Amino acid sequence: MSKFKKKKGGDLPAISTASLPDIVFMLLFFFMVATVMRDSTLMVTNKLPAADQVQKLDKKDRVMYIYAGKPSSRYEDKYGSSARVQLNDKFASVNEVGAFILAERASKRQELQNVLTTALKVDSETKMGLIQDIKQELRKVSALKINYTTRVGDYTQNLN
Amino acid sequence: MAKRAAPEVNAGSMADIAFLLLIFFLVTTTIETDSGLNRKLPPMEDQVDPPIIRQKNIFTVLVSKNDQLLVEEELADIADLRSLAIAFLDNGGGVGDEACDYCQGERDETSSDNPDKAIISLKNDRETSYKVYIAVQNELVAAYNDLRNREFERLYPSLGINFVQAQKQYDDPRTPVEVAEELKPKLDQVKAMFPQKLSEAESAKLN
Repeated sequence: MSKFKKKKGGDLPAISTASLPDIVFMLLFFFMVATVMRDSTLMVTNKLPAADQVQKLDKKDRVMYIYAGKPSSRYEDKYGSSARVQLNDKFASVNEVGAFILAERASKRQELQNVLTTALKVDSETKMGLIQDIKQELRKVSALKINYTTRVGDYTQNLN
Repeated sequence: MAKRAAPEVNAGSMADIAFLLLIFFLVTTTIETDSGLNRKLPPMEDQVDPPIIRQKNIFTVLVSKNDQLLVEEELADIADLRSLAIAFLDNGGGVGDEACDYCQGERDETSSDNPDKAIISLKNDRETSYKVYIAVQNELVAAYNDLRNREFERLYPSLGINFVQAQKQYDDPRTPVEVAEELKPKLDQVKAMFPQKLSEAESAKLN
């Protein structure tokens, strides 16, 4: 009358995989929440210049992006190959920048409206003339905090 | 007809579907944050009474349309720009009220009086390429950062970090409030010692 019978057979029971979907879903939800989709498709070439004295950009909701550069090969025959400004999803001329900034500013929450930064994502092959014009437009609407977005690297990479 | 029980849906492929979605979101996720050089543009309205600045307190850097660098009207190489800017900012040639007691420069009378007076004026042509302009900006910011690092380390050796690291720590939202509060006056003090007076002039017509 032994209470502790020896189990028969030494086979390991198969590990249940029933909770696998749950784990995967958990990961899935994490990535779904953490994902920030690229809000605008790039229509310009955007190889950023390198710099090493960089500071991190503010949180995404405090930043307005202005892209500039040559139209990418897909749009080259339609828009030519001289550098253009891209606001949101379309090409724009420089004098639309002011209106864009005002519209963007109005769409942000009240308390964020005077801490906004304008990030200039400009292709390294652009001429300063265009950037000068953008800066002038920004000054007109007093969007004075700007950030020349760069990639992190040594400045000598810019010189060839 | 006999009533048939609905057959159970096989949930075995659920994991596969979930994996598919997971991989999609994994690939599209960008958790990177952008970084770059922060600058402040001058306000639009013209100053009524522009302050008189002595020529020796202005350090002119000019990037020509051929991406050549002119520092104080002399052709220079971009590799030397940082040390030239440091020499100018750290000169401390002033006497009396304008003396600079922490400057370690040459105290040359023809260069800047003190870091508070010293202004770097960066000019460029419309044909200057952006990447060279950024390289120049980077070197000028580096000059300020080097000097600020030096002063920060001299004043607060016990912290064991330099100015840039301290600034980064201060900007990081994960830093506890007490630590940030403690850093702020120190950072402000060093910033006041070497204020970043970098003027980006509107491009003049250069030939």
